[in-house]
Amino acid sequence: MTAIFLILAVFTVAGTAAAMGLRNAVHCVLALTVGFAGVAALYLQLDAQFVGLTQIMVYVGAVAILAVFAIMMTHSPTPVPMPAYSKRWALGGVVAAAVFAVLAWAICSSSAPSRTLPPQPDISVQQIGDALMHRYVLPLEIMGLLLTAALIGAVVIAMDRKEGIK
Amino acid sequence: MSSLQSYLLLSALLFSIGLAGALTRRNAILVLIGIELMLNAANLNFIAFWRFGPTPSKLTGIMFVIFSISVAAAEAAVGLGIILAAYRHSRTTDLDKMNSLKG
Repeated sequence: MTAIFLILAVFTVAGTAAAMGLRNAVHCVLALTVGFAGVAALYLQLDAQFVGLTQIMVYVGAVAILAVFAIMMTHSPTPVPMPAYSKRWALGGVVAAAVFAVLAWAICSSSAPSRTLPPQPDISVQQIGDALMHRYVLPLEIMGLLLTAALIGAVVIAMDRKEGIK
Repeated sequence: MSSLQSYLLLSALLFSIGLAGALTRRNAILVLIGIELMLNAANLNFIAFWRFGPTPSKLTGIMFVIFSISVAAAEAAVGLGIILAAYRHSRTTDLDKMNSLKG
């Protein structure tokens, strides 16, 4: 465990915890981008450069912007602001803490994590492209179909029919 | 403490933070973000196991994560679309008030 890992882990956990804890929803999304960028840096630390850059493009670039747009479109100025947490927030916190306890116990008592780090793999983007075009071409096509269907479906669901927009 | 163990613990912590957010927040958009965080924790696990596995040159972990990120992006788009449609119907994103199917 190196100092770089510790710094990145602190950044990631602080960003995500702030994203789930702050009261203002826009602040939450801003903190969330810090957490996503921290996860991307962890991918780079694990020699998965392509995945790290994909993470930055998809999550920091697209999902966070989408969430900001959704928050702004659903923002209604009310005299009494909506409470940030649900009525049974303590129960949810206990469930999450219990899940973490079970996971941490399983990780700490397992023998799998004792393996050593293999030599650094030499992964180029060309190899990933080759794999996507040969071995994984069917999943790639299915993924393209799924993304098309999902995005068309999202537009159809979010479309305002009353104003006659087609 | 080995390095893989620290990555797994970090991933478990991220998952629990996302779960806590999904269970406790009232804003539907933030609940969706909590689910995205849980997916991110799973992706971090994939990459950690791939890197520490016996044959990292086989690209399996990377492929898993690429497809998982695509599914997560589709899920985010559809989820936010559904939230927008529900907001237009009930004028709120407060999950404690969106409690009837018939409206």
